[in-house]
Amino acid sequence: MIGFQLSEFLQYGVIGVGNGALYAMVGLGLVVIYRSTGLLNFSQGEIAMFSTFVVWQLHDLGFPLPLALIAGMVAGALFGAVVFRVAVQPVGDPHTKPLAVVIVTIGLFLGVNAGAQLIWGTGDRNMPKLFGGGAVQVGDLSIAWQKIGAVAVLAVEVIVLYVVFRRTKLGLAMRAVASNPESSALSGVPVSRILLVGWGLAAALGAVAGTFAAPDRGLNSSLMLLILVYSFAAITLGGFDSLVGAVVGGLVVGVVTEVLPRYVSFLSKMPLAPAFVLILLVLLVKPEGLFGSKQVSRV
Amino acid sequence: MSLLEVKDLSAGYGPVAVLDGLSLTVAEGEAVVILGANGAGKTTTLRAISGMLDAKGSMVFDGQSVLGARPDKLVARGIAHVPQGRGTIVDLTVEENLRIGGYARRDGDVEADIDRWCEVFPRLGQRRTQAAGSMSGGEQQMLAIARAFMSKPKLLLLDEPSLGLAPLVTREVFDRVGELVAETNTAVLLVEQNANLALDFAARGYVLESGRIVGQGTADELKADDSIRRAYLGGDL
Repeated sequence: MIGFQLSEFLQYGVIGVGNGALYAMVGLGLVVIYRSTGLLNFSQGEIAMFSTFVVWQLHDLGFPLPLALIAGMVAGALFGAVVFRVAVQPVGDPHTKPLAVVIVTIGLFLGVNAGAQLIWGTGDRNMPKLFGGGAVQVGDLSIAWQKIGAVAVLAVEVIVLYVVFRRTKLGLAMRAVASNPESSALSGVPVSRILLVGWGLAAALGAVAGTFAAPDRGLNSSLMLLILVYSFAAITLGGFDSLVGAVVGGLVVGVVTEVLPRYVSFLSKMPLAPAFVLILLVLLVKPEGLFGSKQVSRV
Repeated sequence: MSLLEVKDLSAGYGPVAVLDGLSLTVAEGEAVVILGANGAGKTTTLRAISGMLDAKGSMVFDGQSVLGARPDKLVARGIAHVPQGRGTIVDLTVEENLRIGGYARRDGDVEADIDRWCEVFPRLGQRRTQAAGSMSGGEQQMLAIARAFMSKPKLLLLDEPSLGLAPLVTREVFDRVGELVAETNTAVLLVEQNANLALDFAARGYVLESGRIVGQGTADELKADDSIRRAYLGGDL
């Protein structure tokens, strides 16, 4: 670590936090689906990418960006719900056939990606920044408004989701269905409608993540590929069923994967390596993650 | 008029037919037991009635045909099912389990009813904010039953409430359920391996064999029937 400068280190940290906010947003979508169906949705990133194209398209047609984002969230939610009803649900109950359903989400990953290329082509589209291109100067540190905005939006998302899961009848039903769909149905919960809402909610979150990710990375069909991998690392670290875990995990993964390669030269050629090492370590040492709940049940 | 009238019911899992033209009735407020050996189709019968399985035939509940209705719709109509092996939602707290039980209700008394059930079962009250999965088998069974009652059912389907419970606990569960159904005039369709206990609890019973009803009668008649006694009651009563 020759030539270590604190201000430089902090600047990398800020970039890391900005990226981490994106991983956390996608991670929240993954947690929502995990908590309502008990499975990992590999198509989460691609559905987010698709919704982001909808946001871009609407903005391109002349809608102001915030309005386009809200419309994109609605469109994403509908898209997520349709995908669930048409492609996921007919395959079977994720609790009895988890492998089949996970494989379907991997198929969706490819299908949605190809669909986006068919509609919008393979070139990069320009997505403007929701919070503009300006930055705040704090001493030597330059913090982009877009990053501050991403963290703020992330905070709002967590609070809203927390309230939905902990304080509403819908959230209670989602948790019940995730834990025991059969007993939930026998208690009067319309299980498939609840799952539909869960997928829609996750897809709407994806639209937000994509809209924050697209300006710096260029909007194309592979927008979310790497982000999804980092998000998996994030929720593995934080715990698959924990909203707070997704946020903490996302931010940690964002900072670690940004800062480490700057100082450890061989990592700069393999930027995903720290994320994979993190996934491996967590699964070995604390498989339920930092904030995830352990399986407690007496049978 | 019967509360539940099942006629010629056939159901199964995929190509495997388990029920083959089963017919039974349950009157309002009546406790009825289905006896039968392992694999006779007792659990399948309850699952078909509560809409968990596709079935053919006819099923009339409370004057309306309900064949093919989804489980959550049937709960709203008044059929509550406590599945085998305790139907608690282990990751939710006791209180949340009860709230889920009242999910289909549209009246505003759900919260007051949760308080009431926590008083009826004091042990649930003590563990209100505890995860259901951390409780003992007997406590979970009580919770599953209380949760079913939260939907204000007209008919309670009980699948082997004694499964995995100590004899004393089983006795207590049956006593409590007996009091509760009498108090609320709820009909019960019970499936139970412990036939002695079940025939003390129920007024009437059916004997199920290979998916068909092969015998029926009042509890006293069934207790007195030698062939049934040998097959299902295990020796002397």
